[in-house]
Amino acid sequence: MHATNIAPEPAAQGTDAPVDPRPRVIRASSALADRIFRGGSRLTGLLVFSIMGAIGLFLALRATEALRAVGLDFLTTAEWQPDVHRFGIAAVLTGTVLIALVAVSVSVPLATGTALFISEIAPTWLRQWLVSLVDLMAAVPSVVYGLWGLVFLEGSVIGLARWLATWFGWIPIFRVEGADPTDPLASASVFTASAFVAGLTVALMVAPIQCSVMREAFSQAPAGEREGAYALGATRWGMISSVVLPFGRGGMIGGTMLGLGRALGETIAVYMVISQVFEIQWHILRVGTNSVSSLIALRYGDASGFGLSALMAAGLALFVITLVVNFTASTIANRSRSGAQSEV
Amino acid sequence: MAIETKHQFGEHEREPVAVRPKVSTQIDVVPSVRPATGGGTVLPRELGPVPPRRQLGGVHRDELFNLLGAASTGLCVTILLFAWLAPFSGLIGFVVVAYVVFLAAYALLTALSADGPTVRDRIWTTVLWSAAAALFLGLFHVVGFTIWRGLPAMWHLNFFTEDLTTAGPLDPLSKGGVLHAVVGTLEMMTISLLITIPLGLACAVYLTQVGGRGSTLVRTIVEAMTALPSIVAGLFIYATLILILGFPQSGFAAATALSVMMLPIVIRAADVVLRLVPGGLREAAEALGAPRWRTVWYVVLPTARSGLVTSVILGAARGIGETSPVLLTAGYTTYLNANPIDGNQVSLPLLTFMLVRSGQPAYIQRGFGAAALLMAIVLALFVLARIFAGRAPGRVTARQARRLARQSARDEERMRRGGRYGLPGPAPGRDQQPDQQSVHLGDLP
Repeated sequence: MHATNIAPEPAAQGTDAPVDPRPRVIRASSALADRIFRGGSRLTGLLVFSIMGAIGLFLALRATEALRAVGLDFLTTAEWQPDVHRFGIAAVLTGTVLIALVAVSVSVPLATGTALFISEIAPTWLRQWLVSLVDLMAAVPSVVYGLWGLVFLEGSVIGLARWLATWFGWIPIFRVEGADPTDPLASASVFTASAFVAGLTVALMVAPIQCSVMREAFSQAPAGEREGAYALGATRWGMISSVVLPFGRGGMIGGTMLGLGRALGETIAVYMVISQVFEIQWHILRVGTNSVSSLIALRYGDASGFGLSALMAAGLALFVITLVVNFTASTIANRSRSGAQSEV
Repeated sequence: MAIETKHQFGEHEREPVAVRPKVSTQIDVVPSVRPATGGGTVLPRELGPVPPRRQLGGVHRDELFNLLGAASTGLCVTILLFAWLAPFSGLIGFVVVAYVVFLAAYALLTALSADGPTVRDRIWTTVLWSAAAALFLGLFHVVGFTIWRGLPAMWHLNFFTEDLTTAGPLDPLSKGGVLHAVVGTLEMMTISLLITIPLGLACAVYLTQVGGRGSTLVRTIVEAMTALPSIVAGLFIYATLILILGFPQSGFAAATALSVMMLPIVIRAADVVLRLVPGGLREAAEALGAPRWRTVWYVVLPTARSGLVTSVILGAARGIGETSPVLLTAGYTTYLNANPIDGNQVSLPLLTFMLVRSGQPAYIQRGFGAAALLMAIVLALFVLARIFAGRAPGRVTARQARRLARQSARDEERMRRGGRYGLPGPAPGRDQQPDQQSVHLGDLP
């Protein structure tokens, strides 16, 4: 039980008694059970803190060993031969970022449109179903998306990739060398296992997550402002563009970044789809790319002690990037009107 | 619309205490009201026949025809383009061009009868419809494709009752199954939930209910760790538990890696849920003199129970489908190994990955079956989460409400008798008026 000890107040008997300006000192002395509870939960917090801190510290320490060996070459080398001290993340990081960018640029328009559709346009009876469906899709394991990407998308994306390469080949990242669009007998395998295929796979994987966060933000746009827009004669799109979108901007940015973080760190869906090359590959439609997590999945087994710390350095670089993305997202989302409530 | 109510005070009635002055809040919209000679309520004049209601929702007929016309325009123009006029080819190009032509035609048709904002509204509504349709089509295709390809494998009962020891790559689907992976998945999830639930919930309680100087630091690092890529969590366990401590690759190691990955997710979700518990409830408990642990145990946790269950289940759904930490830490087997401490184990996602990577057609089919089974488990978890999450914090079912009422009645009875926490024995004179205690506020004079 609480026993609250209150410092004795100065006896205020007369009206002209001196009043002590200092606030009362309130001390709470807890019972034994309560002290055990507080101590126990602090201990848990400390335990979680030390586990998480140990992971970060261990990663950083092991990574330093590898980083010290190659220095700044770590950022510019494309090869991965840690046993002869020639390794770097130039290739894998380029691949990771390209895959994530493809994923985000495909998924964000789809996710935003779907989120707006669910929160503004869908009939009421459909809405609850769609909300549950999106949340369910966000929980589908990534290996399922990888399976789909490997068995279905690899084959059927060739047409789209060839179309893009033919008509948009003048944009550098869409250019595919070694593919002649006018030759109908040319091998199509140059268009498979590319960053584009992996990006599309990951796009479908992260779109439900983004959609869920954005819908949450859109649906919280205040009814008064919506009705105000309608009262001023706005159409539904007028209302959406002048009330819902500005209100939900934080949620949109937060959701986009959340999806970007997931896309950067995704392992298995990417690993199943791509064919790994250790060179900087800018052309997203062309076969062969790489990612940091695929590199770890490929090389962990035969890594020596030093090779493992090189992998840890790559993992640490990925972690730092994801961390920056996540913190940027939460900072932007928390500053906006809608984003304060939206979370993973 | 003002319905005036006028009172006429007769001579026999006493003077009204205060006559409300005629204020201008009453707007006289009906000027031709009969003069209030007889008193009583004066109804407004009949306003004539009610005009038909405007239709606000739904699709107008001309809008429908516009849509149909634009769709056929898009289709025809694209067929013309692809077949006769230009050297276009390919299904994707066809769809893109047809869609663009459709949108342009629809804008044109709408612009014939409506103004700019309306045209923009219609176009954007169509675009949003198609975005949602495209996304759901894609997602359904992912799920449906996997289930469809997995059905042949799941059709055989031995898929659920045997392991892959005897089934070679060329054996038919009527031989061998994925029992070893199901057992592995269940054991890994049990172990990681045994680690995650107490640690995660206790840490969330610490963050929200105890707080203090350290809690901000803990919250920050937990938030940072949600960004940890799952393969890095696996790599950490592989480097420490397996390589440094010499633990074998096993289900336990995989469960540890999964816990490292799930813990921040569960803590964050539980933290959010616990913060939603109304402060008034906690303050009421503390005002009644409950120590902090009793407040948490009897008020905060029961209030947030459904949300906490949801956060744990969502964390479990993330963990159960995760492949990469298991790939690094569990090893891979084709035989049933029920011992999570010793020997390699395999989980459903890892088995799917390995089977599909082998490239053998029969194995790929089994891989699809394993993926479909995994999705079924995730779906079951999700339905569970929905059932628990259906209620907001503090809402109770009818059964819980009855139980709470019974408990409350028992408490009242105990306090009346003067029990352990009640008053020190019945006061003299109270026995004569036992009803005194249950006087409601409304009954007081």
